[in-house]
Amino acid sequence: MLSIQNLHAQIEEEEKAILKGLNLEINPGEVHAIMGPNGAGKSTLGNVLAGKDGYEVTEGSVFFKGQDLLALDVEERAHVGLFLAFQYPVEIPGVQMLNFLRTCTNETRLARGLPELSGMDFLKLARAKAADLKINPDMLKRSVNSGFSGGEKKRAEILQMALLEPQFAVLDETDSGLDIDALRIVSEGVNALRDGKRSFLVITHYQRLLDHIKPDHVHVLADGQIVRSGGPELALELEERGYVDYEKAA
Amino acid sequence: MAATVDTVERVKKISVETYKYGFETDVEMDRIPKGLNEDIVRMISAKKNEPEWLLDWRLEAYRRWTQMEEPDWAKVSFPKIDYNDYYYYAAPKSLADKPKSLDEVDPKLLDTYKRLGIPLDEQERLAGVAVDAVFDSVSVATTFKHKLEEAGVIFMPISEAVAKHPELVQKYLGTVVPTTDNYFAALNSAVFTDGSFVYVPKGVRCPMELSTYFRINAQETGQFERTLIVCDDDAYVSYLEGCTAPMRDENQLHAAVVELIVMDNAEIKYSTVQNWYPGDENGKGGIYNFVTKRAQCRGVNSKVSWTQVETGSAVTWKYPSCVLQGDGSQGEFYSIAITNNLQQADTGTKMIHVGKNTRSRIISKGISAGRSDQTYRGLVKMLPKAQGARNFTQCDSLLIGDRCGAHTVPYIEVANPSAAVEHEATTSKVSDDQLFYCRQRGMNEEKALALIVNGFVKEVLQELPMEFAVEAQALVEISLEGSVG
Repeated sequence: MLSIQNLHAQIEEEEKAILKGLNLEINPGEVHAIMGPNGAGKSTLGNVLAGKDGYEVTEGSVFFKGQDLLALDVEERAHVGLFLAFQYPVEIPGVQMLNFLRTCTNETRLARGLPELSGMDFLKLARAKAADLKINPDMLKRSVNSGFSGGEKKRAEILQMALLEPQFAVLDETDSGLDIDALRIVSEGVNALRDGKRSFLVITHYQRLLDHIKPDHVHVLADGQIVRSGGPELALELEERGYVDYEKAA
Repeated sequence: MAATVDTVERVKKISVETYKYGFETDVEMDRIPKGLNEDIVRMISAKKNEPEWLLDWRLEAYRRWTQMEEPDWAKVSFPKIDYNDYYYYAAPKSLADKPKSLDEVDPKLLDTYKRLGIPLDEQERLAGVAVDAVFDSVSVATTFKHKLEEAGVIFMPISEAVAKHPELVQKYLGTVVPTTDNYFAALNSAVFTDGSFVYVPKGVRCPMELSTYFRINAQETGQFERTLIVCDDDAYVSYLEGCTAPMRDENQLHAAVVELIVMDNAEIKYSTVQNWYPGDENGKGGIYNFVTKRAQCRGVNSKVSWTQVETGSAVTWKYPSCVLQGDGSQGEFYSIAITNNLQQADTGTKMIHVGKNTRSRIISKGISAGRSDQTYRGLVKMLPKAQGARNFTQCDSLLIGDRCGAHTVPYIEVANPSAAVEHEATTSKVSDDQLFYCRQRGMNEEKALALIVNGFVKEVLQELPMEFAVEAQALVEISLEGSVG
């Protein structure tokens, strides 16, 4: 599904290398977790995959379903099935959530060769998906992420994921800013989308998210490289020992 | 390149290329010589066969104008205007004999309006909207005249009204905006050529929307229209003006005066979609738009609502205002102003509360892109007798890119202790993060920008008459990103 080879990337303005030869293979249906100390390059990886401006890939390649992902525009990456759940979802004042979701969904559907959904059909769909995520339907009438609590923002991200039906989702520190209940609801939402074909890359600093979203593989990212890979037990070890061993290496 | 910069660049190109009203109509023109002096004023008056009182009125305005100074307090800058370098009267020759029906109008003129989306002939005219089409200094045609006459509504070019209803024109002209009100109003009073006159008699609800479409075509010609709308007791009218001009390298002058008079329990809804040529991406050419618009709510519980969508002009100087004299009268101002490239706009409103329990509401949305500069300037004044008067003002600015400016200059004067004034203002920016967020969800950049901007102006678009809301929304999109849809 996703194949990252020897990926080097830097921040354009600073010409400071962040990713220094990262390799990662993710197969359909797998859940991979990337853990690591602050500043290791975890969020950069998510941003580079999504194609955010301000990063430059200096070496290496990323193939998604056999396609050169790095050659695609941001929205084209979304159309082929890549989704990024933001660590800090962006507020768009005055734009109603429902209108935003409908525009996203229909633009994506058109790009995938599917017909647009009418206002009525979309409203029904959005309400049903919101109910699954225990989201108050009033949220659909509010402005995108404006004045949302931390939990509401993250639930809204999962709602978008449920509507856009990506094949591969990057969850960037989805647990940050969540209390235990919110964490559980968000995780349930993610788990409901695990259908054996869809893959996930879960970026987190803490092990607690992985209690709820059980990964198949855990990787430690330190100083721009994956320095260790293992099963779920690796996350527990990190929880116990911290990142001390890896920070020294950095 | 950061996403917003990229967008701004793209927007810049598009908005210039897509000024689709920039064509020129090639007709033979009848002009009076360039320049401005008393003889020119007399010539204009003679061309229009005006009565003596009106000529005297013009000459008085002209004399006062020569003693006045161009105002310099607005936050706009442009080279000094040489008022002697303009033509003050230009009319298609074919209209000299006053065609009696559309069959006699030069097809080139009819075609011009058709291309502008304002068909004038019987079969195609806009349903439910009566249009007065003004081409440079004269009116080409007015549609649905008979239907309006049946209802008792007078809707005709002001020059025609001077001849047919002199008592009404003389009674109201210049009573809201006196000839000496300001520099541009004095200039307009001296040389105004055409515009619309509307009179809605007592108890009549005008059966259709009225609309005037202004077109500047001739080179180096100023357009000085004068609009006068009177709504008698318990009457109602909704009026819309639209304006466009060809793309020219030199700056053209437009100095209009609009006067609205509203009697007891009457209401005027006045909407403007201003799309004068804004100049090119380097700020060359474009219209200087210096407009005085004022409404007087003379009657009790009378109401005026100004809605404007301002996307054109190189320089805009415009403050549609309400004088709320009648007890319980209401004034509203809803504005969307968009500036791009090197456009400058200094616009806002004045709400003068004179009577008891008067209310006003101001919603202003300014969007600046490119290297443009925009100022909201508003006055809310509560006079000593404005017992229980209320005002609410909301003034929001949206910046696109990092080279444009937005300024808010509210003046508040309260002389009655029971009056209440509320003012809210925000400034925000379309950020790279917002665009990235939308694009990650599958929207292209134009779609994303349109979504963000439309969310920002939605509240005001809703105030436009249905027939024009869609057009205005499209205009908003064209002005900023063009290629959507």
